[in-house]
Amino acid sequence: MKTSNEKGAAQALAGQIHSACAEASGELRFMEVCGTHTMAIHQTGLKTLLPENLRLVSGPGCPVCVTEMGFIDHSILMGKEHGACLVTFGDLIRVPGSLGSLAGYRAEGGDIRVIYSPMDAIDIALERPDRPTVFLGVGFETTIPTVAATVKTALARGVKNLYVLPAFKTIHPPLKILAEKEDLHGFLLPGHVSAIVGAACYEYLCRDFRKSAVVAGFGALDILLALRDLVSMTVAGEPELINDYKQVVRSEGNPTARSIIYEVFDPADAVWRGLGTIPGSGLAFKEPYTQFDAVAHFPVEVPEAEDDPRCQCASILTGARTPDKCGLFGKECTPDEPVGPCMVSSEGTCAAYYKYGKV
Amino acid sequence: MTGKLIRDLIVPQLDRGRLGPLPDSVVLSGLGESIAYTTDSFTVSPLFFPGGDIGSLAVHGTCNDIACSGARPVYLSLGLILEEGLPMDQLQTILESVAGAADEAGVEIVTGDTKVVPKGGADGVFINTSGIGRLEGPGLPPPESMNAGDAILVSGPVGNHGMAVMLSRAEFSFDFDLVSDSASVWPLVERLLELGPGLKFLRDPTRGGLAATLNEIASMGGKEIAVEETAIPLDSAVETAAEILGIDPLLAANEGKIVVVVEKGVAHKALELLKDIPLAKGAAIIGEVTARDGDRVILNTRVGGARVMAEPSGELLPRIC
Repeated sequence: MKTSNEKGAAQALAGQIHSACAEASGELRFMEVCGTHTMAIHQTGLKTLLPENLRLVSGPGCPVCVTEMGFIDHSILMGKEHGACLVTFGDLIRVPGSLGSLAGYRAEGGDIRVIYSPMDAIDIALERPDRPTVFLGVGFETTIPTVAATVKTALARGVKNLYVLPAFKTIHPPLKILAEKEDLHGFLLPGHVSAIVGAACYEYLCRDFRKSAVVAGFGALDILLALRDLVSMTVAGEPELINDYKQVVRSEGNPTARSIIYEVFDPADAVWRGLGTIPGSGLAFKEPYTQFDAVAHFPVEVPEAEDDPRCQCASILTGARTPDKCGLFGKECTPDEPVGPCMVSSEGTCAAYYKYGKV
Repeated sequence: MTGKLIRDLIVPQLDRGRLGPLPDSVVLSGLGESIAYTTDSFTVSPLFFPGGDIGSLAVHGTCNDIACSGARPVYLSLGLILEEGLPMDQLQTILESVAGAADEAGVEIVTGDTKVVPKGGADGVFINTSGIGRLEGPGLPPPESMNAGDAILVSGPVGNHGMAVMLSRAEFSFDFDLVSDSASVWPLVERLLELGPGLKFLRDPTRGGLAATLNEIASMGGKEIAVEETAIPLDSAVETAAEILGIDPLLAANEGKIVVVVEKGVAHKALELLKDIPLAKGAAIIGEVTARDGDRVILNTRVGGARVMAEPSGELLPRIC
């Protein structure tokens, strides 16, 4: 949302939020599901405009943060033992695994390429047809269609040395688990993912769980508008699903993008950092695309890795705790030397708290 | 091989009168009682980017460090570390670029060294330049002289160099109209020295961008700094590219900008002095030194909120979604 008087509009919305919150009996807790929202809220300094009894907690919608340590180990071992060139989105490379991070492996001479578009992985594979190229497949419905399209293109072009290590996640299964939480009053729903899955599919949040839910854009005013709607529905005791981001998110989403996902993948169980295994929340290759599955082609012994028991990422990803309540935060765990993924990802909650601080 | 390279390629390109005889060292005179002296090493990937290359960068980087001490850059040394297999035409282009940038900045390359290392021993070309500057006037006051109320200016839109280099890497298939701002900032500094003691501090916001420099200023001065988000000049191409890649443009490097701290009363005069210099197009007052003790930089956001502008950490990485 753009307006010529952003400050005035923000103050007007913040005023409405303050009056509505004044009518609430206790604390109002809303979860911003998506990491981009977490970052935007901190980056725009929005928290300083909100009343004390309105609490925003971050959810599991940061792809790097919910990726398990074992995935990083698995990636590094494919490089070390099978000579694979690893192709990845940028934020993954500093995430610590039990064998170190991809950045550390790169410093030791590992071939790691940071890309922005999965399609670039095809060119990288074609540069060296004698060597396997493995795309590290993390992400939600926003990213998955482009990976699926890449795989389809690779099949059509007969690219034989491109593989994907899949750790994709879908948004609804964890949301259904989090919706059970009594102390959460509603959800600020992701803008990008919803452009693919649509707005209508979240209906269950208010119907089955009596939670308010608003699909929101990423500008400060978009977020304030969504918060105003969440607060007023909650205070009125009338939870509904509202789409405040209609310019991008259609009710039915993007069926073409969804169909390409399920042309290449079938739903499968997935392990989420902080949430454990959630049935049906991941994706596995289906025929004729199983030939791209790196797991099947490059067997490695991934060590049993346990997160540092002091790391609170798991409770942070489920909104149970805020980063400043973690004993490692800002001391042993910083963006330069992260202990958990919420500190390393550019969209991680801990990174947002660290970077943008308390004013 | 190296000797031939120096005689046939390097000296003819760079000699302005003192390099030709290849003396072991050069004798310089007429520098006055005090000089500014600095050194910096340059690695950049890719070697060539829109708006410059490693050659021009190596000249501008060192000249700008000298200029920010209030000194006019006059002499440079040039150390080249070349990776075996570097195409000769690329080296030729880089040397032309060194020569062009030095001539334009009014500095002379008076000594140098060249080493060739085996393939894999360097990434194409590494360059080290040291520079000597002549102090024009008494030099700048110590950082402790910064006071509450002092104004902070930036000499133009920020983030262009960092974003241009990032986008020119092979892995990004984007087409933005974005060039590095790499340039010598001495003409700006020379003009600002007219402010006399009202000029408190100068720094070129290179690696780590505006955020790193403002944090440095806050920690040196021991006072919090407040900056207005809407006052920070940004080119729209930088803003768009940064938004798409999920990178904060305030953390992206600049190679032709200065951050300036001046006494409140002369802030507008400073802008006035810079007004007709093309290199300072878009210069703006962006914030002030506050009375609060501390070392933080507070950004007052465009919607009326506030947050900390932290020092950047590690390499800037594009995000996933």
